[in-house]
Amino acid sequence: MKRIVSIALLIAGAALLSGCPKKHNVVEPPTAGTQVPGSSNTTTGTEGASTSGRALGGDAAAAANAMTSGPLAKRIIYFDFDKSEIKPEFADTVSAHARNLTSHPNLKMKLEGNTDERGTREYNIGLGERRAQAVRRALMLQGVAESQLTTVSFGAERPAVEGDDEAAWAQNRRVELVYIQ
Amino acid sequence: MNKRLSCWLPIGLMLISAPAWAELVVEITKGQADAIPIAIVPFSAPEAGSFDVAQLVSDDLARSGRFKATDRRDMIEQPHTGAAISFDDWRRLNNDYMVVGQVQTSSPDHYNITFELYNVLTRQRLLGFQISANKPGLRLASHQVADMVFEKILGIRGAFATRIAYISVIGALPHKDYRLLVADADGENPHVVMESGEPLMSPAWSPDGQKLAYVSFENRLPSVYVQVLKTGERQRVSARAGVNQAPAWSPDGKKLALTLSTRDGNLDIYVLDLATQALTRITDDPGIDTEPQWSKDGQSLYFTSDRAGGPQIYRVGIEASDKPRRLTFQGSYNARPRLSPDESQLAFVTQEDGGYRIATMDLRGHGEAQVLTKGHFDVSPSFAPNGAEIIYASRDRGRGVLALVSADGRVQERLVSSEGELQEPAWAPF
Repeated sequence: MKRIVSIALLIAGAALLSGCPKKHNVVEPPTAGTQVPGSSNTTTGTEGASTSGRALGGDAAAAANAMTSGPLAKRIIYFDFDKSEIKPEFADTVSAHARNLTSHPNLKMKLEGNTDERGTREYNIGLGERRAQAVRRALMLQGVAESQLTTVSFGAERPAVEGDDEAAWAQNRRVELVYIQ
Repeated sequence: MNKRLSCWLPIGLMLISAPAWAELVVEITKGQADAIPIAIVPFSAPEAGSFDVAQLVSDDLARSGRFKATDRRDMIEQPHTGAAISFDDWRRLNNDYMVVGQVQTSSPDHYNITFELYNVLTRQRLLGFQISANKPGLRLASHQVADMVFEKILGIRGAFATRIAYISVIGALPHKDYRLLVADADGENPHVVMESGEPLMSPAWSPDGQKLAYVSFENRLPSVYVQVLKTGERQRVSARAGVNQAPAWSPDGKKLALTLSTRDGNLDIYVLDLATQALTRITDDPGIDTEPQWSKDGQSLYFTSDRAGGPQIYRVGIEASDKPRRLTFQGSYNARPRLSPDESQLAFVTQEDGGYRIATMDLRGHGEAQVLTKGHFDVSPSFAPNGAEIIYASRDRGRGVLALVSADGRVQERLVSSEGELQEPAWAPF
């Protein structure tokens, strides 16, 4: 690991040697389509965002309890191969989160779409996005505001489990429901 | 024929990146039966332990599958100049060609590699060259010797002195380390270009070989970056809401074709002007349109679309109102098109017997696909700049490896890394 750090330092350049940050501090583009210079610490890794839920607002404690048990604790929806239809067994999970989001309009959710490893990587990004959109539509049909939802597709890049058999693939074809601030 | 090539080779391709430790090893998995026998005689060296130029030239030529390099133990003598060759002896050992040479040093960090290529049967000198290099440049200079020998004998420009970019994934879930690396075409000399705790994808070389475009999920959202290799300086060129994927450089290096999405998640292909940031939408279809690749004239794009059900390959002109034309009809899955340098062939991923394999299609013919590989997870094809080989990502005993297949399917090789899952190779231009 020492080597990684030295690479990072080399690339970051002398200016950053004194306080090499661990996290990326990439500035969000002010508007879509504007060119933004990238951060210079190009080789340090980002820390993964937490996938556990966090309720905001005055009823945070109550919401937090509801999220660690009961239907709200279920935050993964699994899909069949090459499919983006939500299967009946996940209807309750979707409804529970829809109710939670409609009764807490300040909550926001990121829908992370994923695929199994089969196929080309960029096409799988498309399939993952299609799954995330299927969950987004289902939530919106149950009254969730569009502004509460965002989607991202990781395609096959962030598997939940390793392995190249159907058991592993079935666990990787999923949309993760992530509450964000 | 006595031209002199005298040049100082660059000290390092990227000045401020450091070597990665995971070296790649090449295994030839399927050779060519009619490989040409050639002897690369060990070069005279200025001191013991000097860089073994002849060994690298020999390895390069053997790795191409088109040559069979004579074992050193079978060499009765080791001449260093043409005048010292006993052609009859070399002919009896069934060598068609031979290379002799010398490495000399005039100052501490200045080496001259002199070499000659002979046709053993006709005793004709086909090449006589001298290349100058500093010590770190000796490896690149040796690849250039191999390139010249390859081209002189086969009439095809050698691609040994070129580079590849690829992604390496190290570590176990849930904490994986993603790296974008650049290495020599033989897998040696790998350098980390970018490292992240979130996925890196889809490296694409600028036409001048100076920059890489890629997708990074840092902050858990996809953005497209362009990074200058020499300085490490990078720019985020697309971080729009939704998908930002699949960058492909226009032939003039001024634009990127990208896959972006609308608010409801419809993926289409766009062209981004890097100087003006002007964005032009190229496709508009409710299906997934992605994996663009430019035609050489910059006037059209090849891409994957599932508008007809499963993924198939299409071509569309970049002028508004041009209607995409479907190119693949065999099988239910054809994706990620990549053009050969002379634009005569398209390489892509096809599904066959439940596996994903690399296929090519002659664009001048009737659209019949030739499946080149036999794996189950063969994806991400990329042509060598001379069009002779295709590098792709494969799986070997459960591990991600890079593999090569000659464009005619006759020669196959694997590049095995000592650690990590390797994926998404992209061969640099000359």
